[in-house]
Amino acid sequence: MAEKPRLKLPKEAKKGDVIEIKTLLAHTMESGQRKDKDGKTIPRKIINKFTCEFNGKPVFSTTLEPAIAANPYMQFYAKVTESGTFKFTWTDDDGSVTTAEEKITVA
Amino acid sequence: MITRREVLQVGAATAALTAGGAFTRAFAQQRLTEAELLRFDPLGTVTLLHVTDMHGQLMPVYFREPTVNLGVGEAKGQPPHVTGKDFLKRFGIPEKSAAAYALTDQDFEALAKSYGRIGGIDRLASVVKRVRAERGADKVLLLDGGDTWQGSLGSNRSKGQDMVDCMALLKPDAMTGHWEFTYGEARVKALIDGLGFPFLALNIRDTEWNEPAFEPMKMFEKGGVKIAVLGQAFPYTPVANPRWMMPKWSFGIREEDVRANVEKARKAGAQLVVLLSHNGFDVDRKLAARVAGIDVILTGHTHDALPEAIAVGKTLLIASGSHGKFVSRLDLDVAGGAVKGYRYKLIPLFSDVIAPDAEMAAMVAKVRAPFAADLKREVGRADSLLYRRGNFNGTFDDLICAALLKERDAEIALSPGFRWGTSVLPGQPITVEDIHNATAITYPQVYRTAMTGERLKEVLEDVADNLFNPDPYYQQGGDMVRCGGLGYSIDISKPIGSRISGMTHLKSGKPIDAKKEYTVAGWASVNEGTEGPPVWNLVERYIAAEKTVRVTPNTSVKISGV
Amino acid sequence: MRQLSRRAALLLGASGAALTIAGWNSDAFAAAKDAADDIAKFTGGKTAEKGKVSIELPEIAENGNTVPLSIAVDSPMTADNYVTDVLVVADGNPRPGVATFHFSPLSGKAEASTRIRLATTQNIIAVAKTSKGEFFTAQKLVKVTIGGCGG
Repeated sequence: MAEKPRLKLPKEAKKGDVIEIKTLLAHTMESGQRKDKDGKTIPRKIINKFTCEFNGKPVFSTTLEPAIAANPYMQFYAKVTESGTFKFTWTDDDGSVTTAEEKITVA
Repeated sequence: MITRREVLQVGAATAALTAGGAFTRAFAQQRLTEAELLRFDPLGTVTLLHVTDMHGQLMPVYFREPTVNLGVGEAKGQPPHVTGKDFLKRFGIPEKSAAAYALTDQDFEALAKSYGRIGGIDRLASVVKRVRAERGADKVLLLDGGDTWQGSLGSNRSKGQDMVDCMALLKPDAMTGHWEFTYGEARVKALIDGLGFPFLALNIRDTEWNEPAFEPMKMFEKGGVKIAVLGQAFPYTPVANPRWMMPKWSFGIREEDVRANVEKARKAGAQLVVLLSHNGFDVDRKLAARVAGIDVILTGHTHDALPEAIAVGKTLLIASGSHGKFVSRLDLDVAGGAVKGYRYKLIPLFSDVIAPDAEMAAMVAKVRAPFAADLKREVGRADSLLYRRGNFNGTFDDLICAALLKERDAEIALSPGFRWGTSVLPGQPITVEDIHNATAITYPQVYRTAMTGERLKEVLEDVADNLFNPDPYYQQGGDMVRCGGLGYSIDISKPIGSRISGMTHLKSGKPIDAKKEYTVAGWASVNEGTEGPPVWNLVERYIAAEKTVRVTPNTSVKISGV
Repeated sequence: MRQLSRRAALLLGASGAALTIAGWNSDAFAAAKDAADDIAKFTGGKTAEKGKVSIELPEIAENGNTVPLSIAVDSPMTADNYVTDVLVVADGNPRPGVATFHFSPLSGKAEASTRIRLATTQNIIAVAKTSKGEFFTAQKLVKVTIGGCGG
């Protein structure tokens, strides 16, 4: 990935808080439905899976279909009870994986 | 709830006296006085003043209200979908009265000659000052519902600055918007920064992080009452107008956001919640029934002028007209966080009756000065009434379509169903100002292209659904696209895809062939990169060549399912 | 279904919304049946009950290429009673699949938002599955319009 994924989540929270997390990844999400100017189908190439883990435990994940818009945006929530690290993973059709991490301090 | 309607009695006596036919201008005028127009028995401790949809009009105007304004679904036959004689009957207004002239299409040409132009921001300023002085400025909120900065030559050339400068003297407490956004993001932001009052829009989010892009609400304290004013911009601005002009903003009705903001306002101690809305009347009527806790919706966008407040459950809906013709005064008695009573009056600003405010008149002269020569330049003469409002036709649009057909050598012309645009009386000169009052937009290019009959039908069906979808949340609030060289039948009770039939190529009298291509000219395409001359140039050239314009009644649209 | 030519995009009031859907072959629309099949597969043939699920979508899309979608399910989201998965399908796209969200008690709320592609006016249907094996559903119609002419 040329561009780093972008993340929006609080750096600090109180124990038991449900926090909002937003992520954005630059990606064309080529649907496999389009044809080029010679009439040939442009092969599908999308992010087909996104996961969010906290300290190694699954928080939220999603499978994505070609109906997800380019530059996939995800907004979801997490209940935090301890300090730790969120890990985000995007999996491409070509098998490549993009990851990002963010720490949060829970008081 | 105490309700007392301030009947628009002005001119009622006059009407009774006109049976003999001696209905002269002087005679009409002497029955109207400023004191009578503004007479109001105050109630409670809060006064809301509302203006909306001024569309760049600083001067008094002629504006003919619609003959046809059909409602569908639950809105069928309900105000504002009542016109003409039915309107007069519904609201107890005498024929030929000043109120009949201001509020309906009835006897328009004759009454226009008697009662003169209505509006003018200097007259509005007089009224606002007087209400603030008499009531106490600490009890009055002045709210502007938007579509203020667009719709005239001056506002288009100054990119809204003329309206902003004049409104600054009027000192509204808040505004929202729609056409404002067609000046583009940078310009809108720059103008808002200099307003000195908030531009409220709870229903706009940024397209990147989906976060609120504008101030959603503002708390005021007036007459000892904590008032929350929530702003709702036109939800379909990027659909009805070019999205490429505002790519970073996403709109929508966002009922959930309205509800959340109402709850937030109540939690913050609001005793009165006011939605300053540009949704359009039918959308607001549905919203009022679904979102609890809104005391007043100041409606806009659909240009309806109603002499009574319409109650939906505990919510009052106010419709203050357009083009600066009216200002609404709503007095509210609020106690214990609830509205105990109200008194309402829709005040028509008869320009010959209300004395202009000198300070505002000077500002109007100043902002118009750079364009003065253009504004007054006479292009031709009207031999019949030119007007726009109506669901299907307007004579000004017929004129525009005729100009498009001739000047772009097309078989069919399409002109957008905008609801703004002033009227020109028969016998009057048509000035450059008049032409711009019907055409002044920031994407005025006239395209010329080929379209199949099938595609033409799709366009008509699509626009018809924006107007006649029985669910108001799926309506956009404009009128039907105006057609030149093309006739059709419409059954407004049918679903999308089945409303339009009998499409006819008027020149040949033959049915439109779905597969055949027709040459089409039109303007106001929402697509980036549309090429062609500005529409006002074509219309000006056409009128100049015609010299005198006479538009015959348009009978090419057959309506059913009403 | 609307056939949308390149040239059509230049015409009156034609907004990009319906006309420049990146990635859709406009004559390959799947029937609503495909969406129903996807749902049946997800529920194992059980009928999903209406309610508990709310869908936030614009009534009229501004841009069919990127339509904001939010799904929320009313659930306590505790270890023994939470929403496990939410299937989202669209019944007028070339293929019905949109996304499947997977939640856990650590999600805190059964809510998620993303942006989707809609080729034409259609229903978006969400089906939620709980840890107790219950299914709930909701749907919303989004109009994809030619645009223009408002005001």
